[in-house]
Amino acid sequence: MTVSARTRLAVAAGKLAGWASRVTGRGAGATISGRVLNALAPDALGELAQGQRVALVSATNGKTTTTRLLAAALEAAGQPVISNSTGANLTSGIAPTLASADGPGAAVLEVDERVVPRVVDPLNAELLVLGNLSRDQLDRYGEVHAVADSWRKVAEAHPDLRIVANSSDPHVVWAATPAKTTWVELGAGWRNDAATCPSCGALLRWSDHGFDCTRCGFTQPSTPHRLDADGNLVLDGERVPLDLALPGRWNRANAVLAITAATTHFGVPARDAAAAAAQISTVAGRYRTVALDDGRPLHIFLAKNPAGWSEVLHHVASRSGAVVIAVNARVADGKDPSWLWDVPYELLRGHPVAAAGERVLDVAVRLRYAEVEHLVERDPVKAAARLEGDEVAVLASYTQFSALYRRYG
Amino acid sequence: MSDSTLRVGLIYPELLGTYGDRGNAVVLVQRARWRGHDAELVEVPASEPIPDSLDVYLFGGGEDDPQSMAAAGMRASAAGIGRARDNGAAVLAVCAGFQLIGHRYDTGDGESIDGLGLVDAVTRAGSPRLIGEIVVEPAEGLPILTGFENHGGRTTLGAGERPLGRVLTGGGNGDGSDGVLRDRLVGTYLHGPVLPRNPALADRLLSWVLGDLAPLDSALEEKLRAQQLDAGSAAGLRKWWQDRRLGRG
Repeated sequence: MTVSARTRLAVAAGKLAGWASRVTGRGAGATISGRVLNALAPDALGELAQGQRVALVSATNGKTTTTRLLAAALEAAGQPVISNSTGANLTSGIAPTLASADGPGAAVLEVDERVVPRVVDPLNAELLVLGNLSRDQLDRYGEVHAVADSWRKVAEAHPDLRIVANSSDPHVVWAATPAKTTWVELGAGWRNDAATCPSCGALLRWSDHGFDCTRCGFTQPSTPHRLDADGNLVLDGERVPLDLALPGRWNRANAVLAITAATTHFGVPARDAAAAAAQISTVAGRYRTVALDDGRPLHIFLAKNPAGWSEVLHHVASRSGAVVIAVNARVADGKDPSWLWDVPYELLRGHPVAAAGERVLDVAVRLRYAEVEHLVERDPVKAAARLEGDEVAVLASYTQFSALYRRYG
Repeated sequence: MSDSTLRVGLIYPELLGTYGDRGNAVVLVQRARWRGHDAELVEVPASEPIPDSLDVYLFGGGEDDPQSMAAAGMRASAAGIGRARDNGAAVLAVCAGFQLIGHRYDTGDGESIDGLGLVDAVTRAGSPRLIGEIVVEPAEGLPILTGFENHGGRTTLGAGERPLGRVLTGGGNGDGSDGVLRDRLVGTYLHGPVLPRNPALADRLLSWVLGDLAPLDSALEEKLRAQQLDAGSAAGLRKWWQDRRLGRG
C-alpha cells in the first residue's frame, strides 16, 4: 500500500484537531477531526483503503460487538485484520484505523448508521453487515425511516454489493433488498418502530413467522440462516452451537450475524468462527466486571436507546443481584430522556435498585411510577456500594458508561 | 364515568408512541390508583377501532407515515370518540396527536392529512424543526409547565380557541403560544413525557373525570420540575443572548 505524504499528514492533523477539541472541552473530537481530514486530503479514505477487503458493520444496536466478533473470526482464519475496535465509527475514527495497516488484508469497520452512505464508495467496500434500526437520539438525528432510506439508496446504486442483513427488521429488509443480500433471521426484538410498512406506509402484520404488509405484499424474506430458539446458530440448515462469554440474547444475535458474514462471505468455517467468538468476553469496555471496594462484583452494561435498555434489563432482571440505573442527558446520550418511559423498568420490582447519574431525578420519577423501590444517589459507584446483594449490575447511558470506563481504566 | 373503573386509553401506541408517550398513561393510572380509585390502562392497537367507552383518550407523537395511518384510524372512529366526549371523556393530545385533533396537517410535500376536528386548528410543516426544552406559562390555574419539544409543525388556532399557554422558552405552536385548552381537552407540543414532569396537569385531567381529588405527595416530581425549569430558563437565556449578538451583526 502506498499512502501519500499528504494523506499521512491529514490523518495526523485530524487526530491533533480531535485532541485539541477534547482537551479544550469543546467537543468529543470526532467531528472536527473528520472535517480536518476531509479538508486536507479529500481522497484519504480511498487511498488508505487500497489493498484492503473492506467490510462495513452498521446497526442501531450491536455494531461494536458484531464488528469485534467478525474481526475475531477472520483473525482466527489467519487473515491480517485491521478494525476500529474502540467504537470510533465516524470517518475520523476509520481513517487512523486504515492508516495502521501493515499490508493487504481485511478491514472490518464499524460505521455509524448515518455515515454508511458517505463511505461505501470511497472505501470500495465489498461487504455490508446490517443489524437493526431502532430509534436512537431523536433530538439529534431524526427518524428511523430517514436512515433506512439512505441505506436503500446505497443498495440501489450498488446492485452487486454483498450484504449480510437481519431479515427480522422491516427497515433493514427494505434497505437491503436491492443488493445481493444474504438474510439472517435474528428474531423480533424491538418492533415499536416498525408498525408501518417501509415500502407503502400501511400497517404491518406480525406473526410467529415474522412480518408482512397487508397492502403491498412486502414480507419477511425466508432464509436458511437464523438464530434458533435455544440461542444457537443455524447456518444453511445446520446447527452450530454457540458458547459465548458475552451475556444476553442480543449478543447471540450479534454473533449469529458476524459468523454468518464470516462464513458466507469470507469462507471461514462456521465452527472456527464460533470458537473465535467464544473467546471474546469484553468489547470496548462493555460487559466488564470490576470489583467494588467491598469486593463484590460490579457488572458494567452500556445501554444507549430503548431497544438496548430493554434487552439489558431483561437480562439483569433474570438474575438476582442489585441494579443501578445511571443516566445522563448530554449530547452523546441524547438530550431528552423521555425514552425512560419506553423501557419496562417494572421488571426490576423486588431487586435492590438505585437511581443514579446527572438525570437521577428523571430516573427516580420513572421508578416511582413503576413501583420499584429505590434509593437516590448521583454517583453510580457509591449507589452500588449502598445496595444489598451478592453482585451489582450498573446500566449506564453513554457518558455515564464513559466515566465508568475511565474510572476503572 | 360509565362505571367505577377509570379507563385510560393509550391510542395506537405503535403509531403514536415515538417519544415515551406511554408515560402519560402510566402516570394517570398510577395517580388514580394511589388515591384509591380503580384504574386500568387500555391499549388500543392500530388494527382496531377506538372504543367509545374510555374515560381518557391519549394521542401521542409519531413519525410521518405512522401519523398518516393513525389519522385514518382516528377518523374512522370519530363517531365513537364524539359519543365518549359527550359523556364526559377527557383528551390529552401531544405533538402529532395534537396536530391530528385539529382539522388538518399540511405535510409540506403537497400532502394534507385530515384530522378529527375536535378543535379548530390547522398545522403546516415549517422550518426549522423546533427541538429542545420548552417552558410554558399556562393560561389559568396551573403552575408553569416544562417539556421537551421536537417537531416541524406550526399550528394556527381558530378565533374561538385559546392556547394552553404562553411560551416562555422554545417554539410551541410557533406564534408565541403552545397547544390548545378547552373543555376537558388539552393539546400541546410538550413531550418529556408531559405528565410525569407536570403532575398538576395530570391531576387537572384526572379531576375532569374523577371530580375532586385527594391530596398526593408529589415532592419528587416537583424537584424534577424545578430542575427542568432551571434548564429551560438557562436555554432561554442562552438563546436571548445569541439573538442579541446576531442582532448586532
